Amino acid sequence: MWIAITIIAVVLVAIVFIYNSLVRANVRTEEAWSDITVQLKRRLDLIPNLVNTVKGYASHEKEVFEKVTQARAQALNASGVKETAEAENQFEGALKSLFAVAEAYPDLKASDNFRELQTELVDTENKIQAARRFYNGAVRDLNIKTQVFPTNLIAGMLGFTEKEFFEVEDMATVREPVDVQF
Amino acid sequence: MYSAVRKNKLKTVLIIFAFVLLMSALGWVISVTLDTPGFFIPMLIFAITYAGISYFASAKMAIAMTGAKPVTAQEAPRLYKIVENLSISAGMPMPKIYIVNDPAPNAFATGRDPEHGVVAATTGILDILDDSELEGVMAHELSHVQNYDIRVTSIVIALVTIIAFVSDWLLRIGMFGGLGDRDSRAGGVMLLVSIVAAIIAPLIAMMLQLAVSRKREFLADASGALMTRYPEGLASALQKIESSARPMRKANNATAHLFLANPFGREKRGQFVRKLFSTHPPTADRVAQLNQMGTEL
Repeated sequence: MWIAITIIAVVLVAIVFIYNSLVRANVRTEEAWSDITVQLKRRLDLIPNLVNTVKGYASHEKEVFEKVTQARAQALNASGVKETAEAENQFEGALKSLFAVAEAYPDLKASDNFRELQTELVDTENKIQAARRFYNGAVRDLNIKTQVFPTNLIAGMLGFTEKEFFEVEDMATVREPVDVQF
Repeated sequence: MYSAVRKNKLKTVLIIFAFVLLMSALGWVISVTLDTPGFFIPMLIFAITYAGISYFASAKMAIAMTGAKPVTAQEAPRLYKIVENLSISAGMPMPKIYIVNDPAPNAFATGRDPEHGVVAATTGILDILDDSELEGVMAHELSHVQNYDIRVTSIVIALVTIIAFVSDWLLRIGMFGGLGDRDSRAGGVMLLVSIVAAIIAPLIAMMLQLAVSRKREFLADASGALMTRYPEGLASALQKIESSARPMRKANNATAHLFLANPFGREKRGQFVRKLFSTHPPTADRVAQLNQMGTEL
């Protein structure tokens, strides 16, 4: 009789522990995801200023500006991990072509405003990278928990599911401004 | 990398366990020598108070002793950016950043939990390291904060204090022969035991304290490598620091265990006694562990 009660008590305590650890892992991934979106937003906020700066030197490159503005709008509207990652990839491509245009205008590249924006962009890229690392780490921990016995039983019963990693092809779009030699 | 972290955490637990054993042994010697079991209680209360005070004041004390000055993002943009990005990837709050004006390359961290984290770097270390090396060093320091190392070391230091007090007290009893039956041979043997215990215990305690501190260095190396995913950065930083080692202006035994590299400058390697009484593992051993992790990635 007592043995049965003890066993049931131990099992109940274990379930509570496992449930709590799952909740913790889940909350951590959500926090990490909101960190990523904050950093992505920060980067998108730099873009209008960048576009205007480049326009001042290369006003006839309309196609590129349109592409960047469009990609930015798409990235702003993206929700969910997969969609965000896709929009990011599009946006990175557009940003790359904008910087390719800038390459052709030495005056633009030497201007303080442009260099400052470049430095800012590199920094946010590093921050997105860091936030992505933390998010993927949190997702990895959660996914391991949802797969390993006995946690997987409880995760299955209470509806904890695996989450997706945030994968972006190539994050380092912008390079550090190089000192111009005169 | 994960296994290195696990192993180091386990070893810290084992060392603290050894401490408790040592305390119990001393307690046993005392209770056999005298018939007063109530001796440990005031001792424990004292130790807990001491640990509590040192725990809450540790950051302030360390900053005051090393002469570190707080810096803003504008004053030290490079260091600030590196630390900010690392805190994002570790998912911890941004620590306060301090700079010590000292040409000796070194860095330290303090703060009782991630909310009160402090990382400091000397001007010397900022001069000689490139970005990825500095990132490795700062990841090591942030790991100290993240792993609650200040908490572990203050517990350990409190234990050392108790043991030192107890043995001091035992010695005094031995000297003045405060024993019940001075004529019996058992009393004489006990007296000898208590004197030996009184002399050896603080030494063992000190070695244990240093062992904990060395283990925590290895642990911070491993968790820092996890943070940056680039163990080679810290490895090459450690080698650079080693080759340009010079004692710090304000090197001090009380804060030595906080630093990344030994603040007293270089130590000769391979000397057994030196190894026992050093707060830091030899650089070569640390670099070896980091390179090992680099190959596992």
